[in-house]
Amino acid sequence: MRIIGISIAVAGLLASPLAAEPVAPNDVNYEDGVVLASLTGVAGDPVNGRDVFKNRKLGNCLACHVNAEMPEESFHGEVGPELTGVADRWEQQELRAIVANSKMVFDGTIMPAFYQDTGYERPLKDFDGKSILTAQQVEDVIAYLQTLKE
Amino acid sequence: MKAIKLLVSTACFMGMAASTHAEEPATLSIEGQAFTIQASAPAHTENLDEVTSGWIYRTKETRALQLDDFDNPGFVFVDKAIDLWNEVDGSEDKSCASCHENVEDFAGLRTTLPRAEDGELVTMEDLVNECRTEQMGAEPWKYSGGKMTGMTALIGLQSRGMLMNVAIDGEAAAFWEKGKELYYTRVGQLDMSCSNCHEDNYDTMIRADHLSQGQTNGFPTYRLKNAKLNSTHARFKGCMKNIRAQPYKVGGDEFKSLELYIASRGQGLSVETPSVRN
Ligand code: HEC
Ligand code: HEC
Repeated sequence: MRIIGISIAVAGLLASPLAAEPVAPNDVNYEDGVVLASLTGVAGDPVNGRDVFKNRKLGNCLACHVNAEMPEESFHGEVGPELTGVADRWEQQELRAIVANSKMVFDGTIMPAFYQDTGYERPLKDFDGKSILTAQQVEDVIAYLQTLKE
Repeated sequence: MKAIKLLVSTACFMGMAASTHAEEPATLSIEGQAFTIQASAPAHTENLDEVTSGWIYRTKETRALQLDDFDNPGFVFVDKAIDLWNEVDGSEDKSCASCHENVEDFAGLRTTLPRAEDGELVTMEDLVNECRTEQMGAEPWKYSGGKMTGMTALIGLQSRGMLMNVAIDGEAAAFWEKGKELYYTRVGQLDMSCSNCHEDNYDTMIRADHLSQGQTNGFPTYRLKNAKLNSTHARFKGCMKNIRAQPYKVGGDEFKSLELYIASRGQGLSVETPSVRN
């Protein structure tokens, strides 16, 4: 998996010097609730994705979602649906759209867009012009979510 | 009506069992006085059936601290404010007590604030500072500073148990509309409005926190988190920072309008000043 991802990235690099850059937040192509292409061309790392999922300063997904795969974590939020077995319900390309910008999938949702860097009202200075997660962190979370099967 | 989940026990230590919800009738009575902590929502709060005090959503241990004034750490600061009440300050050689014989005379004031006066929205902090600058010839206190929160707690305490009842018509209407707009506006990098958490998701766990309706009837509130009294505007600021939004100015027009709007959403709840929260 890892090796294939890297070779794709390298091939991209050879084709055009820009291809190694992640897709910019505003260039992500949402089609009918899916994002087909990887944001980075580098396969996601599920181990890092697991950390992004629970880390309060990164995804903090656990703030809103129960996740049976993390029983060692004390507090699981209940604002969103349980993510136990989420990979049985959603394909990789759907998960990419949900994590990158859930508003493209669920109208008016409370869930933050994790890969969007413009259009916010009064963002705190430190976060102005930035997305919550990097493109690779989004890919990593998706890779982790894909391991959540029942 | 939504049945409210009470947190019967929450292990606060990392690695211990997560909180559990259970049904329990919620009643609050302090020193023999009964409080209204659950009431039908006022007509202008269209999206709620009932309004509820934030006390309900706290753990049993935190709730217990509010049941007895000797256990309530907020009273340490109320006691300090009694000293301030009698302390002469400023060029006119006056204290609060020079003009106001008894602080008890302020019973009821808290339920009606903020209120519109001559085209401005006036909070209790504004009234206190107006006395200091106009009557005492003293420096105004910092809006959310320790002296101010102590004094607003002392004055608010005189209305404890009385029902919130702010005016939202007439001159207040425009401020109320402004506050309502702010309440429903999504802000910050997390792109959330107050309503997303406190209207759409109250009585739900958001990580370790049991979301309340974000009512203001208990303010200033003693928080275990910072071991002091916290003003309404300081709490608003904290919630905005949590969603990575640039807060409005403490004591500024936006927060005052928001304060009026939220106070009106708590219409019918008892004043609990000084309440205890985590
Ligand atoms: C502030 C709350 C909140 C946070 C934080 C949050 N989510 Fe969500 N999420 C929701 C809600 C609510 C929904 C349901 C969609 C809706 O109807 O609004 C949802 C839906 C989902 C779904 C679809 C689940 C299903 O079974 O239908 C996935 C997958 C998901 N979230 C993943 C994540 C990941 C991964 C993160 C962190 C990177 C995250 N969420 C952070 C609130 C949140
Ligand atoms: C991401 C969720 C979230 C958002 C958005 C949010 N808050 Fe809060 N708020 C909380 C949490 C968590 C608490 C502490 C637990 C509780 O009382 O709900 C809290 C507490 C409060 C309290 C104290 C309630 C009490 O009884 O002591 C007030 C008042 C409040 N919020 C107002 C606001 C206002 C005004 C806004 C919008 C500017 C806002 N909140 C936005 C999560 C949020």
